[in-house]
Amino acid sequence: MKPKYTIAVTGLNNTDNPGPGVPVIRALREAKDFDVRIIGLAYENLEPGIYMKNITDKVYQIPYPSVGSDELMQRIEYINEKENIDVLIPNFDAELFTFMKSKEKLLKIGIHTFLPTIEQFEERHKSELMKFGKKYGVDIPFSKSISNLSEIKNIQYEFEYPVLVKGKFYDAYLAYNPAQVTEFFNKISAKWGVPVIIQEFIRGTEVNVIALGDGKGNTIGAVPMRKQYITDKGKAWGGITLGDENLLEITKKLIKKTKWRGGMELEIIKTHTDKYYIIEINPRIPAWVYLAVGAGQNIPEALVKLTLGETVEPFKSYDIGKMFIRYSYDLIGDISQFEKLSITGEL
Amino acid sequence: MKLKKNIAVSETGFLFDPNSGESFSVNETGKKILTFLEEGKNENEISKWFADNYEVDNATFENNFNDFLTVLQNFRIVE
Repeated sequence: MKPKYTIAVTGLNNTDNPGPGVPVIRALREAKDFDVRIIGLAYENLEPGIYMKNITDKVYQIPYPSVGSDELMQRIEYINEKENIDVLIPNFDAELFTFMKSKEKLLKIGIHTFLPTIEQFEERHKSELMKFGKKYGVDIPFSKSISNLSEIKNIQYEFEYPVLVKGKFYDAYLAYNPAQVTEFFNKISAKWGVPVIIQEFIRGTEVNVIALGDGKGNTIGAVPMRKQYITDKGKAWGGITLGDENLLEITKKLIKKTKWRGGMELEIIKTHTDKYYIIEINPRIPAWVYLAVGAGQNIPEALVKLTLGETVEPFKSYDIGKMFIRYSYDLIGDISQFEKLSITGEL
Repeated sequence: MKLKKNIAVSETGFLFDPNSGESFSVNETGKKILTFLEEGKNENEISKWFADNYEVDNATFENNFNDFLTVLQNFRIVE
């Protein structure tokens, strides 16, 4: 008989800028070695994953980490008293720090996590990426953090236009002149604060790799993908798995050197001369994880096993040429569901 | 000039490059050329075959053939 685990998952916002929660849950429901009871943790009461059939067994609203980590932890403790959570899989960059910091506290109440260490999380920040590249011997585009508008006039001395203007957590815009940099600086800093990162624009094809590290330097799973259809928010609406061995080598080398713990996504630009530049490292499972599952690597299942201390054999292969195509679909809900979640914080 | 080893060409003339994720489709003539390249035939042998089997003069065929080969090179389908 298979064991049954209670797993709490965030990121139920299956919108045009989707969180990874729903595909992670789909993967867990298809796990071969265990059954699951899924507790959805939602920040907003209109996150589609709350209302989708056969996704969550129960949903709780939780406060944003920006409200305070104590409030968030108190809510998790309350939910745990009712649900007895075995594993928690956070899926947002912005909440990871709080959960990493509370790792021991969570473990004391029986909730297991498998997250990067604070050091791993900090050193791959966009503003630190150049240092990261030097430390681990990977190519990173030249970049610089700026914190005020007066620094924009100096960009022309260090960069060639166009340049990428990036927020520390999200958002990236291509700017062709100082006026555009100013516009994007204001837009990004108002939303995400400073610093804003100016990054050399590398021409080429963007490719992504989803990977899972066991924290000891081993790559448990890795699947590369190229976006085939991109939304105006830059998100993949369709993608295909690739057979590029170089991408797998870069990933394995990085996980070996950093001893990466948990899920990750590498965003890489492959130039026409076959050079590979890492432009971002996301410290969590990406929203396109279900493509990896479809290609033969159930990365969320392996993550849960690692979380619970099981030995996991690395995946040996995946199918090349597997595609995913997102779609939008109108769910019909009822005001009573919305009412229940809004008033009681549970559904 | 040879077709890259990992390029898959289907019977319908659909090409998939697993390295880049790019896919292409070619017509009957293109498919025949790709099949010859896969078999290791050189440019002269391919030109001769088309001149023998189609109502086309050498100059016209070679013009189009060279254009097609340039496209294959640009998309890095051949090496």
